[in-house]
Parts: sequence; structure tokens; C-alpha cells
Amino acid sequence: MNKMEKALGELSEMDELAAGGSPIHRLHPTAKLLSTIVYILLVVSFDKYDFSGLIVMVLYPVLLFQISGIPLGVCFYKLRIVLPLVMAVGLFNPFYDRAPLLYLGSLAVSGGVVSMLTLMLKGLLCLMASFLLMATTSIDCLCASLRRLRMPGLLVTLLLLTYRYVGVLTEELAVMTDAYHLRAPGQKGIHVSAWGSFLGQLLLRSMDRAQELYGSMQLRGYHDHFHYAPIQSFSVRDAAYLFFSVAVLCLLRFTHAAELIGSLFVR
Amino acid sequence: MHMADALLAPAVAATMYVASGTAAGVSIHKLKKDDDAQKLPTMAVTAALVFAGQMINYTIPGTGSSGHMCGGMLLSALLGPQAGFLSMIVILAIQCLFFADGGLMALGANIWNMAFYGCFVGYYLIWRPILHSRWFGEGKSAQRARIIAASLLGCIVTLQLGAFSVVVETSLSGITELPFGAFLALMQPIHLAIGLVEGLITAAVLCFVYEARPELLREVDTSDTSVTAKSSLKATIAVLAVIALVVGGGLSLLASSNPDGLEWALFGNAEEGYAANMALDEEDFGVSSAAADTAGSIQEATSFLPDYAFKGSDSAVGTSVSGIVGSAMVAGAAVLICLAGGFFRRKKTAK
Repeated sequence: MNKMEKALGELSEMDELAAGGSPIHRLHPTAKLLSTIVYILLVVSFDKYDFSGLIVMVLYPVLLFQISGIPLGVCFYKLRIVLPLVMAVGLFNPFYDRAPLLYLGSLAVSGGVVSMLTLMLKGLLCLMASFLLMATTSIDCLCASLRRLRMPGLLVTLLLLTYRYVGVLTEELAVMTDAYHLRAPGQKGIHVSAWGSFLGQLLLRSMDRAQELYGSMQLRGYHDHFHYAPIQSFSVRDAAYLFFSVAVLCLLRFTHAAELIGSLFVR
Repeated sequence: MHMADALLAPAVAATMYVASGTAAGVSIHKLKKDDDAQKLPTMAVTAALVFAGQMINYTIPGTGSSGHMCGGMLLSALLGPQAGFLSMIVILAIQCLFFADGGLMALGANIWNMAFYGCFVGYYLIWRPILHSRWFGEGKSAQRARIIAASLLGCIVTLQLGAFSVVVETSLSGITELPFGAFLALMQPIHLAIGLVEGLITAAVLCFVYEARPELLREVDTSDTSVTAKSSLKATIAVLAVIALVVGGGLSLLASSNPDGLEWALFGNAEEGYAANMALDEEDFGVSSAAADTAGSIQEATSFLPDYAFKGSDSAVGTSVSGIVGSAMVAGAAVLICLAGGFFRRKKTAK
């Protein structure tokens, strides 16, 4: 299976997850979008040494993952993309920040180690939150919600159309890549002699396809906007969810919950 | 170069959102003014193509490794800077939303680092001036040489700018302990090599389009195709590569030659603040009230590790012993929630 087929698999997996019917799936996308943004903002606002403060935030995504029935494994698979750059940046911290920050018995833990772990945890939490949003919300609903939040129509329509064509063109390129490799066995990538023509051929075909697409859109009466998704009203339930999640998250952020729990047991 | 949410402070992320949002707003306004409705499907299909095209591995001759394509320059050469910028935004949004490549909050910064430089700087300062110039003489192969020069230079310069922005944004967010100069010296040369390969791939694709359908390219004069040029293509590429290497190498040397000065300017003198903090005695800020006493007695009763604390543990920011114990308990609670969720789901499916 080549890279493009894998990407297609990931896309369809997200679509399948988003088609679920859990209470989280049924929430209004705007409420989910806003609470996710608040969550990410609060997570990254933690101090770089505040590992114990940050870890409390794990409860929110974990709880929602369980309620919505989304498997955590799929989310962790995506970590392979997020973690390398975060690690590349964070891994230098232990070398530069060597002042001992705390002692576990006789073991001194440097500030760099704590800040590295905090950074990685932040990366993980932000990923979990945005993955949860996409795994419980279909792209059409999300676009409808973005439109409602006054995102320009042109950009939203472009996002929807591109998403539609990403599937088509990725599939086409996957077939082309397979065909190329069958004719050039043992070769790792596209040979330099075909660098231009390989993508160029598809590019020309796609530009023509776009013209046909525009023609057919006009024939169907396209006039500047689409109906993105079935209109879902923002109910009291959605407002309550948004209010409570933001309130609880702020509470977790601004009271030092882990330390409070810990201080019940340690004096 | 996709940045994750964890690498940015909220203030930096918000600033980048405002910057990218403004550029997007101006682009949308310009496109609406031109009233080029036909462009929308073309933008969508080209964006989807670039998205998929970025996954193709191109073998770099002479090495075992492979390179990828640069989206910004290709899109702005085909669609123009405004439409190219919006298409790049959409590509970055899909990568962020469905593939976790870059974060939701870091999207503004990613748009700026990858789309803004590639589309606007690459188009107005590199693509257009070079294609309108009389470099390499007249005729079709001179035009092709100009396309190669513009794509190479465009990809290298815009990638260098993007990498520089990543370093500045991360440093301003206070995420890494790596000194500004060292981080810069690490990022710029890597992206010089990537930019060179991306530039060559973009040049190859654009040259193919120029051969087949020159009218699709922006700023390309399609009228005269008769006169042949004097300059050879290989020589052009070689000269450009050497120039790029010299310029890039010089830039990164310049960046790392005096990192301390820049660092000092960015972060100020940390020593003073530290001394001031050390003078603070936390014991003096104790609170005594009835509620605190009650809480104290509850604490007394529930402590399973009474009178037990590690040396110097209270001085750390939020990482005291109680913090560690509390963290462990929270982690335990998270695992329990997972187990409980799995248990109830299994029960439900069994029914």
C-alpha cells in the first residue's frame, strides 16, 4: 500500500468515525468547536515547568473519548506526525536547562527535563482535542458552523470543494504511482526524467476537469453559495455543554487541582 | 515545517492568526473585486492536486534519498498570489484537521510560514520580476530558464523565510531552551537543502506545463516562441545553485556568529529576576482561618504520607511533591475512565 492509499484510508476512517451517533456527535458543531479552541488555548497557556498543573487537563479529552466511543489508538497513531518536531525542539531543553528543579529522594530532576515532558504532554493534549473534534463532527457540519461564525463564504466553499477533490485526486495519483512502480521495479521514487511530466500530466487534466466542474455547477444553478449541511439549531443542551465545559476547564486551569488532590494525602 | 500547538504561546498564535487572517481577507476582497467565479473550482482542484502531489517521492539523483514538492510557488504560478494563498490555506487546514499535521491553534502561524511567503513574497518579489526581466536573453528556452530560476530562487528564499519565522515564533513563545542563534543555525541549512530540491521539482513541473500549455502560467509571455536562446540550461541551474548555496551559507553564518547579543536583546537579563525571586520567603505568606484549620485537619486525617517531603521540593513552580502525587492520581483516574468506558462498551455490544 503506498503513501496515498494510506492517506485515503485515514480520510475515510475519520469520515466513518464522524458518522457515529453518540451524545458528543449530536452536539452542535459550534459548541464543540468553541470548547475545543478554549481547551487548546488553556493547555498551551500553562507554564513550561507546570507539569502537575497540566496533567489534570488530560481528564477532559479522556472523558469525552469514552463518552463518544472513539478509540484512543487511532488518535495515538497520528502522534507520529506531531511528535517529531515537538521532540526536536523539546529534546534540547535537558541539555541547556540543567539547574535542578526538584529532588525525588536523592535524584535531582532538572528544569529541562520537566519542561521537555510538559511540552510533549501539551502536544499530546492538543492533538487529542482537535482529533476528538474532527472524529465527532463531519466536515459539512464543521463548514456550516464556520460559516455561522462569519468565516468568508468563499473560503468555506473552497474548503469543502477541495476536501471533495482531495479524495478523487489522491486516488488517481495512487493509481499512477502504483503503475509507475510496476513499470520501474526496484526504484524508490519518481526518476528525475519524469519529475515534470508525472505530476504535470495530471495537473493539465485536472485544470480541464475544473472547467467542466464549473460548467456543471453553473448548470445546476450555482450562485455563490452552497447549503452545507442540514440546519441544526443551537439548543439549550448545546449552550449548557459549552458553558459547563468552559467553566470546568477554567476551574482546572486556574486552581491547582493536582496539587490540591495531592495535598490531601501528603503533608 | 508544520508547527504543533504545543510550540506556540497563545499570544504568538493569536498574533499570527491576525496576520494571516488579514492577508486572507485582502485576498478574498481582491478575488471578489475581480469577480472571477470560474476560479473557485480551479482553485479547489489545483489545491487538491498539490495536496496529493506533496505525497509523491521524487528520487534525488546521486543520493539515496527523495524529495517533495513545494506547494506555494506552484500554486501562485498557476493561479496567482491571492488564489494561491487561499488554496494553500485550505490545504494546510485539511492537513491540520484530518492528518494532525500542524495544530488547530498553530494554523495561523503555519499559514504565515508556508503560504504567505510562498505565495506573496515568492510571487511579487521573485516570480514576477524574474519572468518580466530579460535574463538569459530572448526566446523559448530563455523563458524556460527564467521559470527554472524563479522556481528555484522562490522555493529557497521562501523556505528560508519560513524556517526563520518558525525559529522566531518558537523563541518568542519561550518553548525551547535552545539559544536563538543555535536554533537558527540548525534550521536554516536544513531548509536550504530542502528548498533546493523543492525548487527543482517545482521547476520541472512548471517547465512541463510551459511546454504543453504555456497560457496556464502567470506572467509568462506566450507571444514569441521563435527565437532560440544562447545560454545553456545546465549552466543556468549550476550558477543558480552556487549562488543559492553561497547566499544561504552566508546567511546562516551571519545568524550564528553573534547569538548572545540577539538572545540578550530578546530575553533580557535573567539573572536579576532570579535573585529577586530567591529573596521571596514563601513561609511568610501562610493563611490562617477557620476554614484553613478544618482543611488542615482533613488533610491530617487523609495523609498517607505524613511528614514526608523531598528536599527543596517546594521551591519549584508547580512541581512540589503534592503536585507529583496529585498528578499520578489524575493519571490513574484517566486510566480508570478508559477502563470503565471499555467495560461499558463491551457490555453494550454483548447485549
